Amino acid sequence: MKRYLLFTILFFFLSQYIFSQEKLPNISVKNLNGKKVNIQDINNEGSPIVLNFWATWCKPCKLELNTIAEDYEDWQDETGVKIIAVSIDDSRSMSKVAPYINSVGWDYEIYLDPNRDLARSLGVSTVPHTFLLNEKKEIVWEHRGYIPGDEHKLLEKIESLVK
Amino acid sequence: MKFKNFLYIIFLTTYYSFSQENNSSINGDFINNFQSYNDDPLIGAIAPEEKVLNNAYLNVIYTKNNFSIGLRYESYLNALMDFDSEFQGNGIPYRYITYTADGLEVTAGNYYEQFGSGLILRTYEDKGLGIDNAMDGIKLRLNPISGVYLKSFIGRSRTYFNYSEGIIRGVDMEMDINEMLRIENNGSYIFGSSIVSRFQEDNNPKFNLPQNVAAFSNRLNIMHSGFNYYIEYAYKFNDPVGSFSLESNNYAPGKALLSNLSYSKKGIGINIESHWIDHMEFRSERAKEKEFIINYIPTISKQHTYTLLALYPASTQMEGEFGVQADIFYKLKKGSLLGGKYGTKININFSKINAIKNGTSFLNDSLNIRSPFLSYDNDKLYFTDFNIEINKKLDKKTKINFIVSNQKYNKDILEGKTPGEYGTIQSTIGVVDISYKIKKGHTIRIESQALRSKPDPNATKKGDGHWVMLLSEYTISPNWFFSIQDMYNFGNYDQTQRLHYINATFGYIIGSNRFEIGYGKKRAGIFCVGGVCKEVPASNGLNINISSSF
Repeated sequence: MKRYLLFTILFFFLSQYIFSQEKLPNISVKNLNGKKVNIQDINNEGSPIVLNFWATWCKPCKLELNTIAEDYEDWQDETGVKIIAVSIDDSRSMSKVAPYINSVGWDYEIYLDPNRDLARSLGVSTVPHTFLLNEKKEIVWEHRGYIPGDEHKLLEKIESLVK
Repeated sequence: MKFKNFLYIIFLTTYYSFSQENNSSINGDFINNFQSYNDDPLIGAIAPEEKVLNNAYLNVIYTKNNFSIGLRYESYLNALMDFDSEFQGNGIPYRYITYTADGLEVTAGNYYEQFGSGLILRTYEDKGLGIDNAMDGIKLRLNPISGVYLKSFIGRSRTYFNYSEGIIRGVDMEMDINEMLRIENNGSYIFGSSIVSRFQEDNNPKFNLPQNVAAFSNRLNIMHSGFNYYIEYAYKFNDPVGSFSLESNNYAPGKALLSNLSYSKKGIGINIESHWIDHMEFRSERAKEKEFIINYIPTISKQHTYTLLALYPASTQMEGEFGVQADIFYKLKKGSLLGGKYGTKININFSKINAIKNGTSFLNDSLNIRSPFLSYDNDKLYFTDFNIEINKKLDKKTKINFIVSNQKYNKDILEGKTPGEYGTIQSTIGVVDISYKIKKGHTIRIESQALRSKPDPNATKKGDGHWVMLLSEYTISPNWFFSIQDMYNFGNYDQTQRLHYINATFGYIIGSNRFEIGYGKKRAGIFCVGGVCKEVPASNGLNINISSSF
């Protein structure tokens, strides 16, 4: 059993180099109007997309998204990027998502993933976790956590996609 | 197991070799938590025989078009001390195959699922808490017509490395009225209904126990121009535990009502919620411990992340409680008198949780006393928290977060102590968190916290008194962080327990990899995520955490 297991895992690792860029999985999340949206249907007409996982109880997440919010218009003008913030708040705090984001005035596209179906399928075990998608909606870069200043690195990565 | 692994390989190879275009992908993540332990009699830390313990997880998911397979290898050699020792050894307790075709999704193997808010079913994993009640069986999701979503499943629920004797089955239907009738307006009306049932053989010689125990729930969600109203009612049929020694058994049903109303527009958001719960623990096997729970009742209080604010955390009493909570989120405009140059964010939160009248129906069943629906006992407080959080950017370099909170914590109830042992501990907590940008990418953050507590005058024991905590963190974006913290129990009633708990952490992040090394002392206490709590023992030692995703 051990040998097969090892083989399977090895195979998976090797395949990483053989298979193409990681795409978004076929999983539905909900928007703030309660509508189910397949994450593969998100769209930014060929411009980059930032997919950010966050929660209302997560301090660095809110710090990151509030920091980016200050310059979001400039980012959009320069690169055409769209930021999609997926909340992993479960039924304990899910109802606070809309009041919170409306009060702080984020212009991001917001989705809810309360039982972490999407998060799990993308290997998100802690928040914040940021993915950058190219024009084909393939994941080209990801980052765990947030420390002040990381937004510059993210912007650099977005800029390199639109150059 | 051998055969299964073999199957995976066949699947993979087939899919790879037969693929016309290269549109498949592999992703996953890896987590490794290593901890060494030293004896520290002062804080009550006892090193295990192994001296070092290690938990590790590797998730791999392979996706191609509408097909996905995944597995998780878990290793506990042996499980970290704050995990249940039932987690032991290595294995692949999680593996699945899913495919989607024309509105039908089929999953065979392990899966997580939640119906509504989770009142009658939620299977999920939380590695921090050591919770994983994944199902093993078959799950279907179907979208037969526009606006109608059906889910069904059958399986056994996981606890540690085993699966329940009980077979759990369930169906859920959700109807989105606007989508069904193709009405385009700014409102939304969603109705949902679900039923979950457990089968377990009755081999109790003394009592005639129901072999099938069902629970159902109905929910309604109305959204209109900034308003959002959600209500869910759940009912669980009697689920006597069976007993060999007692003469009576418990045939009380469980009930829960949960509702919330929120309103928001630019600059302001309000959320008000309440729940009433009576005897709602739903387990994968009768007469088992908490670890076997397959439903979830959200805790009705703010989830604090600052250490001292979460020193006395609320946790849901699934056997009976009534709780209310209100939140106001407000942003003072830029340029206003109090808003300053950048605006000021304010969150006011209040929550209060009480016992239900007559206590849980479970205990009173033999006396034939039930708790009247929606009644509560104003004299039996479990938890209350009133807090204000102010978040402000002072200038281009300085940000400040300020919180003050007043909490009452019924330690006897929330930690399962003997009534009268600790009673209700009152505490006032203040937090000031300042971050200052030194230069591009370099930030220093200082967190000062203080907790003043008052013991219960009628209790026999006093708790640990006052605390202060100081944390300082230096970060260099995008790769480095250093932090050192000291928690000091300066006001302990026992002079010998006025101890410092010092911890230092050093971390390195590169892309999707994160390495963290820490050394220090952890106090024994209650650790909670999402209102689900576990008791962690005191420890002293080195920890190394690696997390990575690919």
